[in-house]
Amino acid sequence: MNRHAQTVVLLLTGGALLHAGSTDLYLRYVKAGLQPLLIGAGVVLIAAAVATLWYERRATRSRQEDGAPAPERNEAHAPDHTAEPDRAPETDRTPAPDHAPGPDRHAPHPDRHAHREPRVAWLLVLPLLALVLVAPPAAGSYTAMRTGSALQEQPWGYPKLPADGPLKLSVADYAGRAVYDKGRALAGRQIKVAGFLALDGHGAPYLVRMALNCCAADAQPVKIGLTGELPPVLQPDSWIEVTGTYTPKRTKDPVNGTAVPYLSVASTRPVKAPQDPYDEAWNG
Amino acid sequence: MAITKEAPDRPGPDTDAGASPQDSRGRHLNSPLLLTMLLVLAVAAQGPLRRVLAAPVTQSWMTVFVAVVVQALPFLVLGVLLSAVIAVYVPPSFFARALPKRPALAVPAAGMAGVVLPGCECASVPVAGALVRRGVTPAAALAFLLSAPAINPIVLTATAVAFPGNPEMVLARFVASLLVACAMGWLWQRLGRGEWMRPPERPSYEGLGKGAAFWGSVRHDVMHAGGFLVVGAMAAATLKAVVPASWLNAAADNPLVAILALAVLAVLLSICSEADAFVAASLTQFSLTSRLAFLVVGPMIDLKLFAMQTATFGRAFALRFAPATFALAILVSALVGTVLL
Repeated sequence: MNRHAQTVVLLLTGGALLHAGSTDLYLRYVKAGLQPLLIGAGVVLIAAAVATLWYERRATRSRQEDGAPAPERNEAHAPDHTAEPDRAPETDRTPAPDHAPGPDRHAPHPDRHAHREPRVAWLLVLPLLALVLVAPPAAGSYTAMRTGSALQEQPWGYPKLPADGPLKLSVADYAGRAVYDKGRALAGRQIKVAGFLALDGHGAPYLVRMALNCCAADAQPVKIGLTGELPPVLQPDSWIEVTGTYTPKRTKDPVNGTAVPYLSVASTRPVKAPQDPYDEAWNG
Repeated sequence: MAITKEAPDRPGPDTDAGASPQDSRGRHLNSPLLLTMLLVLAVAAQGPLRRVLAAPVTQSWMTVFVAVVVQALPFLVLGVLLSAVIAVYVPPSFFARALPKRPALAVPAAGMAGVVLPGCECASVPVAGALVRRGVTPAAALAFLLSAPAINPIVLTATAVAFPGNPEMVLARFVASLLVACAMGWLWQRLGRGEWMRPPERPSYEGLGKGAAFWGSVRHDVMHAGGFLVVGAMAAATLKAVVPASWLNAAADNPLVAILALAVLAVLLSICSEADAFVAASLTQFSLTSRLAFLVVGPMIDLKLFAMQTATFGRAFALRFAPATFALAILVSALVGTVLL
């Protein structure tokens, strides 16, 4: 990989990070708090690419001013060949075994340090293509059903709910109150919860919200089982708002044995996916 | 003995580009052209590609893959910048003065110094490479490499937040990680041989302006570590999207198997050390000691780190260092877990 290709990869990677960081795209993969770091990293990578070009141009110019014009002047894209042309492919090989080990094995060959970066660096293009061309979706029902529910008891208990009107709760709040507060504040109330749909292997529907600890690789769901009046067609990953009432029915998450509460559904309506697909209100 | 000499200056300007005319015109396509063709091809085949990629497994795989890369890149860049600062602006004599002369003492000192690098393991590999290049005893640099991602304040805070009911977990993690890091440093000092560790190679920046040297170092490190980061992200994505999590349940029943299973899982998942505490907390069916093993092994050795260590220090080094670290980390966390948890 020569220096021009490196410059291009640096520039594209930096650009992709900037693109993801300056739109809502990054929210699909990482937490909102990472945004300044993402933009900063994008700027640094672009700066590295620009600096590479700039110093290279300056080096070429000073060489020409020294009266030692670079060979291959017409090869504007490869101004650095000062060595014999047939040594480049060998520069990355390990030295012959009779070479003394240690750093000074390069000393007799002043141009040996013209080594190129490993081919594996080309792989940097892959996440870039995936990010810009495919833009994979946020972790959804597939991940949710393969991962155990992350419901945990809140050590500081559950605050009082407003006394009247329909309750708007998050998935984690409903599940936590239903399981650890025995549904005390929930019984007899009309409850609205929004999340996305996921179906288990038997087609049983769950209302799910994912949360991130760090990035989408460790996304964990909180699940609520749905019973009652469900629409005839359940499309996994579609966002809905469920209106219903508390029910003491429980089940165990088949993946990790965590308790999964149920909600008795009266009606559902489709809603728009939230700007941040992950619930950042719980687990930090 | 404590401090090895720096590589002698290599004269002349950096001629990194190095592609000879024959190389770029004859046998090989030149790389910018190849890149452009690849991009054009991807745009042209967008339709069929999208259909293949619409399957839930592929989508989940790609989400995890992109997420790991996007999450790690900023920290990698941070580490690379720090490593470039060390390489260019900190004179080698600084480390000679800052670290104790005797390697046996330099190891714990460097291990404790890991407290000040607020990052994850992606950042510590290039920094450790820069330390070795700057003449720090390899044993001390390795102790730093192992301890920095596990015992810095950010990671310890995350651990405290993830285990609100078990504050002793933070102490256990700190103690076990520092013990393993120092033990590996001393082990390397006694048994390690110089030829196993390829001196981190890079063009010399002597004779260049500081700016050129700085950006040259940044570019070099990003290209080296970045490619291997992508390899690790692919492995983690494959495991996360393809292997069913319910397999873990079977392992949780036996205490010894549980420790081994979580240690292996830490290696395979390659989660960033700032996040692994939360993942460990979610593995509620496992014992605290086995989760400690997960937290100690993960920042020290995983697929992504192995690939990055291979790139920085050479394969002969990584093949010996990684299994030894793995075994020692399991042993120490089992002991510390029995005492503290």
